[in-house]
Amino acid sequence: MNAFWIILTGCLVSISCGLLGCYLVLRKMAMVGDAISHAVLPGIVFALLLTGVRDSFTMLIGAGIIGVFTTFLIEFFHRKGNLQTDASIGVTFTWLFALGVILISLFAGQIDLDQECVLYGEIAYVPIDLWILDSGEVMGPRAVYISGIVLIIVVTFIIIGYKELLATTFDPDYAVCIGISTALWHYLLMGAVSLTTVASFESVGAILVVALLIAPPATAYLLTENFKFMLLITTVLGIITSISGYYLAVWLDGSIAGAMSTIAGLLFALAFLFSPKEGILTKSWRNKEQNGTLSKSF
Amino acid sequence: MVHQVEDAVLEIHDLTVTYNKKPVLWDIDLTLPKGSIIGIIGPNGAGKSTLIKSIMGLVPNSSGYIKVFDKELNKVRNKVSYVPQKESVDWDFPASVLDVVLMGRYSKLGLFKRPRKADREVALDCIRKVGMEQFLNRQISQLSGGQQQRVFIARALAQEADIYFMDEPFAGVDAATERAIITMLREMTEKGKTVIVIHHDLQSASEYFNWIVLLNMRLVASGPTALTLTPELLQETYGGKLTLLAEVGNLMEKGEFPTRDKR
Repeated sequence: MNAFWIILTGCLVSISCGLLGCYLVLRKMAMVGDAISHAVLPGIVFALLLTGVRDSFTMLIGAGIIGVFTTFLIEFFHRKGNLQTDASIGVTFTWLFALGVILISLFAGQIDLDQECVLYGEIAYVPIDLWILDSGEVMGPRAVYISGIVLIIVVTFIIIGYKELLATTFDPDYAVCIGISTALWHYLLMGAVSLTTVASFESVGAILVVALLIAPPATAYLLTENFKFMLLITTVLGIITSISGYYLAVWLDGSIAGAMSTIAGLLFALAFLFSPKEGILTKSWRNKEQNGTLSKSF
Repeated sequence: MVHQVEDAVLEIHDLTVTYNKKPVLWDIDLTLPKGSIIGIIGPNGAGKSTLIKSIMGLVPNSSGYIKVFDKELNKVRNKVSYVPQKESVDWDFPASVLDVVLMGRYSKLGLFKRPRKADREVALDCIRKVGMEQFLNRQISQLSGGQQQRVFIARALAQEADIYFMDEPFAGVDAATERAIITMLREMTEKGKTVIVIHHDLQSASEYFNWIVLLNMRLVASGPTALTLTPELLQETYGGKLTLLAEVGNLMEKGEFPTRDKR
């Protein structure tokens, strides 16, 4: 049963991350995901300090606000300061993350938050943290509910805003011209990324969540030329990553989050080598075959 | 030499646009007539693209106002269409020709609404108009530059707007296709649509357009083609760039350069 809960949480998290990651990759904002995942730390600490309870809902709100604020700062430095986007990202998120680290060390006695857990996550604890009703009924692991709700939010968001997200991702200038607010959809997307990141960080941690945000979409990007298929393949890859990641960890007796990210990386490597269209090896084989048929015909 | 018109589809008043405090467009006062095909002509850096971008609200204006159909742009966006320069997007995007052209229909659909069969029909028709029907499901990165440009034109047509702004729509497009598209645009203007095109080839300009706007940071001229494509006005627009003027058949004598280019 424990394995089931862990794998289910892994699937829910990696699907949410992957779906949003598709947009980040195509918007050339992959590193913004990295930035948000780190920068939400002070938001979580503030939320904990203000409310005093380690309640997932307040943490989601706190982190969501800081996440959107991060993207706002990145845009602000980029536009007003004429700073390159990557430099702007680097300055913003390290600063916010450092603020979070200081806050945790300052108030370590008052809040129940472990830096190690924030950074690396511990999905193995998912089955222990149960949601128990006042009546004493056990509803199952809390993380499953949180990541499930986040996945529903993400999927609803993509279904409602499919056209708008696609148009603003492909050609923002044109989107503005046909009356779609790029700023609105940018911040909605960033809000969704923040939410997902926070919901995932308990299970896979702030560093590895980036692997789930970027690796499956990057892999899917190599495998298809159709955006809807890209979303679909990313979902399937997320599920494969969670299941095989879990069993790899069991086999190695190692970190589950680490194993999941390793699998995500391996899948990317496979796609890079063997993708039917873009694969490095596939291309060279195709060339050889063509050369072979050519020389035969002579 | 600026002809102002009554009942203009586009009215620009006192427009000044600056980038980093450097002015790119100065004091543009312009009205354009309905149902015409209009060419915007000027040397590189004259602010042609900036003019269209500021009309579309993509760059902020330092002063002045712009009215389309006598209203603010935001109120008539569904009647206005735009063909950006091809380089403005990443063509490696996982989308087919049909996907991109369907985006032209998005302005007609609200939230939640998916493109319907009727929208697909319009999109297919527009793809046919630019002669791209055999590439319908081809991924856009596998098209040539000229074909990509034609996809953008088809997307703008799919909007079924009343006024079209096109930023160098013929860059990389072969001569035969260019002519076919111009003929089609002319037919549209006969039905009361207005088409505004940034164009680089002076030779074809007189043949393609019935109204010309000459621009070089300031508005040099705006009026019917016969009155504006004159050697004097072209010299004023292009300044000392003789090589360009040589293309119109050495209409101008060497010597006296106008003061426009001087600092």
